[in-house]
Amino acid sequence: MEPIIFTKNLTKKFGDFIAVNNISFSVEKGEIFGFLGANGAGKTTAMKMLCGLLVPTSGLGKVAGYDISTQSDSIKRRIGYMSQKFSLYEDLTVRENMQFFGGIYGLRNKEIQKKIEYYHDLWSNNEMFDGLVGSLPLGWKQKVAFATAMMHDPDIVFLDEPTGGVDPIVRRQFWELIYKASDQGTTIFVTTHYMDEAEYCNRVSIMVDGEIAAMDSPKNLKIAYHTDTMDDVFYQLARKAQRSETV
Amino acid sequence: MRVLLALLKKEFRQIRRNRVLAMMIVMLPVIQLTILPLAADYELKHIKLGIIDDDHSTLSQELTNKIMSSGYFNLVDVGQSYTQGLEQIERDKVDLLLEIPSQFSQNLHKKGTESLSISANAINGVKANVGSVYLTQILQSYNVEMLHKLIPETMYANSGAILTSSRYLFNDNLKYPPFMVPGILALLVTMIGGYMSSLNVVKEKEMGTIEQINVSPIKKYQFILGKLIPFLIIGFVVFSIGLFIVARGVYGIVPRGSYLLIYSYLFIYLIAILGFGLLLSSFAETQQQSMSITFFFMMIFILMSGLFTPIQSMPEWAQWIAAFNPVTYFIKVMRMVVLKGSTFMDIRRYYLIMVAFGIVLNTLAIWRYKKTID
Repeated sequence: MEPIIFTKNLTKKFGDFIAVNNISFSVEKGEIFGFLGANGAGKTTAMKMLCGLLVPTSGLGKVAGYDISTQSDSIKRRIGYMSQKFSLYEDLTVRENMQFFGGIYGLRNKEIQKKIEYYHDLWSNNEMFDGLVGSLPLGWKQKVAFATAMMHDPDIVFLDEPTGGVDPIVRRQFWELIYKASDQGTTIFVTTHYMDEAEYCNRVSIMVDGEIAAMDSPKNLKIAYHTDTMDDVFYQLARKAQRSETV
Repeated sequence: MRVLLALLKKEFRQIRRNRVLAMMIVMLPVIQLTILPLAADYELKHIKLGIIDDDHSTLSQELTNKIMSSGYFNLVDVGQSYTQGLEQIERDKVDLLLEIPSQFSQNLHKKGTESLSISANAINGVKANVGSVYLTQILQSYNVEMLHKLIPETMYANSGAILTSSRYLFNDNLKYPPFMVPGILALLVTMIGGYMSSLNVVKEKEMGTIEQINVSPIKKYQFILGKLIPFLIIGFVVFSIGLFIVARGVYGIVPRGSYLLIYSYLFIYLIAILGFGLLLSSFAETQQQSMSITFFFMMIFILMSGLFTPIQSMPEWAQWIAAFNPVTYFIKVMRMVVLKGSTFMDIRRYYLIMVAFGIVLNTLAIWRYKKTID
C-alpha cells in the first residue's frame, strides 16, 4: 500500500538559509508519527509544506496521494491542521468556532451538529460550548482546537506542538483524544518537545539543522543509541546542532 | 454557497459582538456629519480689523460704520499710527489694517480721488486674501454710493459703469452645508470601508486564524466575498444614517436626483473601496502597519478629492492624482445627484470609471491574497 505521506529530497530555502534540507521519509496510513527536533530545526517549515501552506524549493512530496507542489487544494480537503500558534476565534463561542470551521469545509448543518454532540458527550462540559473561546483555560483551548481540526474527518491531522505550555493532566487528556482519532483510522503527524510524548508515537523522526538525523520506533532508537530514555536519544542528536534558535 | 454562508455568519457574529464597532457604525455618521460641515465653511467671519483713522471726519466715520455693518469684521483697537498697527499684526492681534489718511475727506471733495491702504496679515493666506476682497468690495460699493451723492443723476446714468449681478444655480443662498454634506458623507463611507476591511483581514493574520483558513479548501474568491459583503452592508447602513438622519433631518438636504441612482453608485463605489482595503491588507502583517498604510492613502484621498479645493485649480500633476482617486468621483457624483438632480446619463462616465476601479482593485486583492506562500 502506498504511504499516506511521502517525501523525497524535500527542501525549503529562505534566501541563503536552508530551513529544510533534503528530507526523505514516509508515513503509513494510521500511524502516529512523531516529528521531533530542537527549536529552529525546521519542523514547522516541513509541516507547512506538507499542508500546502508553503511551496517547496525543490524535491517531491505527496500527501494522501496528491503532489504538494501542484495539488495543494486537493490535499487541503483531506487534512486537518492545528497550528503552533493558537488560532481559533476568541470572540466566538466553542460551538460557533466548530460551526465555522465545519462550514468552510462545506459540511452540512446536520453533520456539524453530530460532531458537536460527539464532543458534548465526550467532554460532558455543557456550559463550555456556549462560552467564548477567549475565556477558556489554555488546556481546553487546545482540546477545542483539536476538535475543530477534526470536524471534517480528515485522513491525516497535522499537530504542531499541540501540548505546548499545558499541564501534564491536560497533556494526558489530549493524547487520549489523539489515540481516539488514531483508532478511527486517522493518521497523526505530531511535533512535540516532550520526550515522554515521543514514547506514545509508533515512529519518530528527529530533525537536526534541517535534516532528519534519525528515524525509527522509539524502542529501536533507544537500542541504537545505547540508552533507555528518549530524552537521551534526543540530547545525543540535538547537541550536534550548529544552528541557533532563530527560526 | 455553504462555505460563503459560513464565512458571512462568522463575520456578522464577530461584528455583533464588537461593541466599539457597532458604536462607530451609528455614532460616526451622526456626530461627524453633524459637526464637520459647520467647521468646513469657507465663509470667513470675525476677521480682526484695525482701522487707523487719521482723518477723524464724518466721512471716515461713515466709512467705518459701513464696513462694520457688513458683519464680517471685528473692530480691534490698534492705536493711532501705522507703526503701532503693524506691531499688532506682528503679535497676531490683527488680520487686516486699513489706513484712512488725514485729509481723506478734504482731498476727496477737492480732487475727487483719494487712496486708502490695506495691509493684510498673510500668515493665514486665506484670511488675508478673502478679508481684503471683502474690504475692497465694501469700499467699491461705498465708492458707487459716493458717486451717486456727488454727481447728478443724469450724468451718472451716462457714465457707463458696468454693474454685475450674480445668480447662484443649484444652491440659491450659497450655503455651505448642501455643498459639504454630500461630500463629507462620501468621505465617511470611504474611511469606514477602507479601514474596516483592511484591519479585519490583518487582525486574522495577527491572531493566526488566517492560517487555519488557508489550510482549508476554501477558494480565494469565497474568502474575498466573505469579507466584502459584511462591510458592504455596514457601508450602506452608515450611508443611510448619514443621508436620512443627518443630511435630511439636521440640514434639510433632500436629494434632487433619484435615490436609486445614489444607492447604485454607492454599491459600486463600496465594492471598489473595500477591494482597495483588502488589497492594502495584503501588504501589512500587523494592525499597526495596516493603520499606517491606510492612513497614508486616506490623507491623499481626502485632500485630493476636490472636497475642499476645486480640482480644476490644482496643478496638472495633482489633477492626475485626483483622476486616479476613487473618492473624487464619488464626491462629484454625490454633489451632482444631490444638488443638481443629475441623471444616469449625466454621470455615466463616472459610473464606468468606478466599475473599472472595482474590477481592477478586487482582481488585485484576490491576486495578492496568497493561500500558499512561496
